[in-house]
Amino acid sequence: MKKSKIFWGYAVLALVIYAVVQLLISNGSIQFYYQNMFIAMCINIILAVSLHVIIGVTGQFSIGHAGFLAVGAYISAICTMKFDMPFITAILIGALVAALAGLLVGIPSLRLKGDYLAIATLGFAEIIRIVFVNTDYVGGAAGLQVAHQSTWTYAFFATFITILVISNFTNSRHGRACISIREDEIAADAMGINTTYYKVVAFAIGSFFAGVAGAIYAHNYYIIQPTAFGFLKSFDILIFVVLGGLGSLSGSVIAAVLLTFVSTYLQDFPETRMIIYSLILILVMLYRPTGLLGSKEITAYFKIGKKGGTRV
Amino acid sequence: MEWIQQLVNGISLGSIYALIALGYTMVYGIIKLINFAHGDVFMLGAFIGFYAIARWEMNVFLALIIAMILCAVIGVIIERVAYKRLRNATRIAALITAIGVSLLIEYTVIFFRGPSPEAYPAVFATKNIEIFGAQISTLAIFILSVSIFLMILLQFIVHKTKIGKAMRAVSHDADAARLMGINVDNTISATFAIGSALAGAAGVIFGIYYTRIDPLMGIMPGIKAFIAAVLGGIGIIPGAMVGGLLLGVVETVVSALGYSLWRDAAAFVILILILILRPAGIFGKNTREKV
Repeated sequence: MKKSKIFWGYAVLALVIYAVVQLLISNGSIQFYYQNMFIAMCINIILAVSLHVIIGVTGQFSIGHAGFLAVGAYISAICTMKFDMPFITAILIGALVAALAGLLVGIPSLRLKGDYLAIATLGFAEIIRIVFVNTDYVGGAAGLQVAHQSTWTYAFFATFITILVISNFTNSRHGRACISIREDEIAADAMGINTTYYKVVAFAIGSFFAGVAGAIYAHNYYIIQPTAFGFLKSFDILIFVVLGGLGSLSGSVIAAVLLTFVSTYLQDFPETRMIIYSLILILVMLYRPTGLLGSKEITAYFKIGKKGGTRV
Repeated sequence: MEWIQQLVNGISLGSIYALIALGYTMVYGIIKLINFAHGDVFMLGAFIGFYAIARWEMNVFLALIIAMILCAVIGVIIERVAYKRLRNATRIAALITAIGVSLLIEYTVIFFRGPSPEAYPAVFATKNIEIFGAQISTLAIFILSVSIFLMILLQFIVHKTKIGKAMRAVSHDADAARLMGINVDNTISATFAIGSALAGAAGVIFGIYYTRIDPLMGIMPGIKAFIAAVLGGIGIIPGAMVGGLLLGVVETVVSALGYSLWRDAAAFVILILILILRPAGIFGKNTREKV
């Protein structure tokens, strides 16, 4: 009873945010510049939340998320530009192909742990990027022109569905299995959890939503180039998750929103932006290695009076 | 005879990778940290060498030594400021800090001098020497001799000196070494100093060989040197040398076959294959998983 009440509460809140921004856009009081910022914010939230499933929930350290973003962006762009498919279909196909790529990366990477897994995912992402650079069909290094089709509505509902699916997944039986892998893989294995299966599932879900973000990204910026999906992009996404707190969904959303503001305002000073980013990263790791919220959710801070463990 | 020439090119490139990989492997062996900032120390070395040669008009060898000394100091500062507190932190926290330090160095350099590349001055009148019918430039011979000299020096330090003995002891078991009266902190700093000095030397050599340096040049060689270290077995010093040379030769062969755009991909494919098939590397021993 209570759970569904909380859910409807959040759903109404989300709809109100959507309606307010949509109203402001349609009566012209938000300039194009800020409209773009809102869409970028949604893309960043989707990316942060999708990486959160892999790093925060399952504890698999992946620093190649931009690779899946690239797959989603390119595949969806091919769908709309070369085959004239509707945008929705293109988003779905891009996401599915990205999930497939996640499976392909996830399965061989399962033998690896920690640092080695991180480097292997970085390697996979770079290979994906190099494949796009060398494929003339998608324009090679020059990039691919894409029609502008992303709107606030698409971006918002994609974000909404992503958060919904991932928070439900985390709180389900499967999500708890993933959390147990994060806490102690050997113990989880001993308790009868199929760790291989859940690690692959986490990779597939994470890359699926990265693909969704990629589709919206591609149709928002008129052109996609392989250079945009290098490992700096992967690090950007990693910073959202780490800063928000490894294991906290609301933390990664808040970090994504905050850092999108910061980077929008520092757009004209890219060096300053990167210096601030890296300093934040170092200082957070040195003084608060769990990130801003740790593995708690923001709602846990409003229930201080109540007893009981915090849900992860 | 073209193949001998390509082989020499590959070994020259490989010896640069090997010099960087040595720093990675030593640091990983001693504190189990992938020092992402190592590639940027390499970049700083290249710039220090450039300013020494072009602005202060120094001799090449003097520039090499200055770059090595300054890079050693920078390496120790990085270790003391950023990594020392993280000795007992999780591996992920340490890795993220290393990424942060790497970005900080890159963009601080861009902030102060702009992203534009710099052309290294020509320090040698390059001649080609004919050996077995292959044209081999004096530059390649210079690179090879400097790197071989540095590697022999490193072997000497690690195996014959007191600090080398301390380094081996700490990498074997830091707590036991501390009980035996070894100053672990100083030993770790010394490891960073030596590794960074080698990276600085590699930076100067890279600049002389490829004549073009820029603030982001450290990223790719840094990652490839890490691949070389993994290839040879991370934590094992001869492994880093062999891995570096092997990687250099493979890349040159891929380029020579006409797939130069796929060169970087080849390195990553090697990395993934080695991680899947033999994660301990060529020289490594398999360790069993323990609770």
